[in-house]
Amino acid sequence: MSKPLKQIHLAAHFPGVNNTTVWSDPAAGSQIDFSSFAHMARTAERARFDFLFLAEGLRLREQGGEIYDLDVVGRPDTFTVLAALAAVTDRLGLAGTINSTFNEPYEVARQFASLDHLSGGRAAWNVVTSWDAFTGENFRRGGFLAREDRYERARQFLDAAKVLFASWRGDEIAADKDSGVFLRDPDAGRFAHRVDQFDIRGRFNVPRSPQGRPVIFQAGDSEEGREFAASSADAIFTRHGTLEAGRAFYADVKGRLAKYGRAADELKILPGVTFVLGDTDAEAQEQALLIRRQQVSGQTALKFLEHVWNRDLSGHDPDGPLPEGDPLVGENTVARGRASVRMFRDPLATAAEWRALAEAKKLTSRELVIEVTGRQTFIGSPSTVAAALNEFVQTDASDGFILVPHLVPGGLDAFADTVVPLLQERGVFRTEYAGTTLREHLGLPPFGRPGATVRTEAGAAERTATAS
Amino acid sequence: MPQPQPALHLAVALDGAGWHPAAWREAGARPQDLFTAAYWAGLVAEAEHGLLDFVTIEDSLGFQSSSPFAPDRRTDQVRGRLDAVQIAARVAPLTRHVGLVPTAVVTHTEPFHVSKAIATLDYVSGGRAGLRVQVSVRAHEAELFGRRAFPQLRLENPRDLETPEVRALVAEAFGEAADYVEVVRRLWDSWEDEAEIRDVATGRFVDRTKLHYIDFEGPHFRVKGPSITPRPPQGQPVVAALAHRSVPFELVGRSADIGFVTPRDAVQAEAITAEIRGHQAAAGRAAETVHILADLLVLLDDSEAKAADRRARLDARSDAAPAGDALAFTGTPAGLADLFEEWLAAGITGFRLRPATVPHDLEQITRRLVPELQRRGLFRTAYEAGTLRGLLGLPRPAGRYAASPAAPTTAAV
Ligand SMILES: Cc1cc2nc3c(=O)[nH]c(=O)nc-3n(C[C@H](O)[C@H](O)[C@H](O)COP(=O)(O)O)c2cc1C
Repeated sequence: MSKPLKQIHLAAHFPGVNNTTVWSDPAAGSQIDFSSFAHMARTAERARFDFLFLAEGLRLREQGGEIYDLDVVGRPDTFTVLAALAAVTDRLGLAGTINSTFNEPYEVARQFASLDHLSGGRAAWNVVTSWDAFTGENFRRGGFLAREDRYERARQFLDAAKVLFASWRGDEIAADKDSGVFLRDPDAGRFAHRVDQFDIRGRFNVPRSPQGRPVIFQAGDSEEGREFAASSADAIFTRHGTLEAGRAFYADVKGRLAKYGRAADELKILPGVTFVLGDTDAEAQEQALLIRRQQVSGQTALKFLEHVWNRDLSGHDPDGPLPEGDPLVGENTVARGRASVRMFRDPLATAAEWRALAEAKKLTSRELVIEVTGRQTFIGSPSTVAAALNEFVQTDASDGFILVPHLVPGGLDAFADTVVPLLQERGVFRTEYAGTTLREHLGLPPFGRPGATVRTEAGAAERTATAS
Repeated sequence: MPQPQPALHLAVALDGAGWHPAAWREAGARPQDLFTAAYWAGLVAEAEHGLLDFVTIEDSLGFQSSSPFAPDRRTDQVRGRLDAVQIAARVAPLTRHVGLVPTAVVTHTEPFHVSKAIATLDYVSGGRAGLRVQVSVRAHEAELFGRRAFPQLRLENPRDLETPEVRALVAEAFGEAADYVEVVRRLWDSWEDEAEIRDVATGRFVDRTKLHYIDFEGPHFRVKGPSITPRPPQGQPVVAALAHRSVPFELVGRSADIGFVTPRDAVQAEAITAEIRGHQAAAGRAAETVHILADLLVLLDDSEAKAADRRARLDARSDAAPAGDALAFTGTPAGLADLFEEWLAAGITGFRLRPATVPHDLEQITRRLVPELQRRGLFRTAYEAGTLRGLLGLPRPAGRYAASPAAPTTAAV
């Protein structure tokens, strides 16, 4: 017997502040007007996607001490856009990336609980841990975290937020006009929580929201990040886009769940992937090359190499070989706060690897960057892409995908019109929403079912939830 | 061309089921719906139906309480609320004209976050965003964050507010609020209007010479900038603050576009406006428009007797009469319009009405009071502008960092 078909989960990532997003195309629209967000959200909902996803970065990116101007710059506030999108959609989940370093649990818990109420149970929180002092310069507390403390704070932050979400059971509001009883419990929302990062007490002033708490995402690849996800998240946003890497990651992370008393389907694994469609596979391949060249101009390629070489390469010819000489080792002064600097932790090894690759394949600097920065893309005719996506999920390389279109606002339209119907025909993607909440879309067990215990990473069952 | 302005500006302050503690028990009240989007969408649509300039949405980090500084454990009043900025964002796509002015507590929050949130509200509403700033010196609210400790204040009589300890605390909180508004405003200007260039020839999305560090340093925070959000449609969304006494009057005069004030009569109204205008001039803003809106709690019916009866019924259901900072007006829409005329003569430029109950008193405002004001030629008969600044007669300002300061464009879009 073959095992039953898995249902695919699909999400749309609103393309943003990196070179995946092609802003120079004539079809590229505003990155900030609400109409762009509304268009993409409506397309995603029309296609019955699980959710729309927004990333976040809290300081404009810089390189060489100057604001980086080659990619899209600027984005709206996450909560505000998601709350507005709740007005123009009915079922679509609304996932926001919110940092655990430059926020406080009480405020973030209030905001997610509010979003969950205002969207009728569609909120999700992607907990990210960027900790750098560069970003910290925009905040009261500055950049106060050491790299090794980022997940400890994230864990304590999320635990504190969970305590707040659990401070209401859900049956406290009577609002009985006749008896004059508004609250059944004079201590509704009361909490006290003390750990080394937080010492908070009082009453949480947002009543229990439709999902009980937002769906929790984690994005981060390290050992600590995986463990954090296994213990505390409902879904992971990953970058593992090849079948082999995906399967290894999937097995690794799902294998960590048992020790936290969790079943394999309680954590969804959703890689961020790009796609290019064409009438034929050949046409799509051709189109994909064009897009890659739009995404990686000569200048973009040089700026990217600077992340590794850690010095000014503005005089270098992008259409010639890689820069001579080794990267400057030590603190990266050229691209502070950039994600790629965190990614390439051993610049000497990375440069050597790239040099070997460039020599073997006879690549120029620009071609090399195009080659090494290509995230797994699904390229082909709609039926090719539908088959590849399905294989990915059925062979346990993921539970679905966060699709990253390269164009705003129309980058999802063709996918919705051509690939989604094929997935529906195969019986691996919903044709209608079965439920109203994001937890239901994701097939996650309802949170806080009667008698369930709210568990936090600290292992303490701080409160028994008796009603939903 | 700037549009002719109405003789007065009119706003409603939305809070739960209304401002009377017993409002939620009224026949038309929907206390079960307070935490739903549909409830708020309905109230704001009603305000827009009445052509009001804007709505404010109350907020607080902590639980509501019947005493100003201490928490209570009451179960007979509305408790719990949603984040006001998100309520405003949630209703923005459903409305087209009315201004949206949520409250943000500045004492424990990040100016960087609030600045981009209000800029984004301005985008999602097409230029109708404002920000009402509020300080909190309550000890129990500080404990929700656990980063600062405030002394437990008592307020048994008004003199308790005049002790040196309380004065120092209030002065510090408002000093921080002024810095906060400064940071929020600088961040709104940190992108020049023309910063996004999408220059395909040079590969540049922005002209980085039009993005500015704000480099703010003060006792409570340092903020580098620029904002991550481009300059909002209005350039500067509208900033408002409620002010009862001298320290906050100074905040209004220095930093705000609108002050909400609480005179008990026309004489006080005149004294308060004079004091705020003095602060405004001292801050070098004499030429700018700063609106002074009087807050009134209103209980309206088509006869005085009916209003008084309803008031008595509400009060009887509650041991606490409505909190007493603003004058409570109980009477007819025509009587209220008379009061408006008297206070306008004293220098007040508009009113923020706190409906005692919702929907009754809100509908009295939009369906009875507004037509009465229109008959008297005091209020608009159609929306004359598409932005909140436009409705308030505020020009769209040039950004403070713009290299060659262009003259402010007169008409708001
Ligand atoms: C797929 C993916 C998406 C991410 N998105 C964001 C983001 O939008 N904002 C952010 O501040 N950090 C983001 N991060 C950064 C992570 O939260 C984390 O700080 C970083 O990956 C370092 O943690 P690690 O060492 O566990 O990977 C993302 C990471 C991954 C893998």
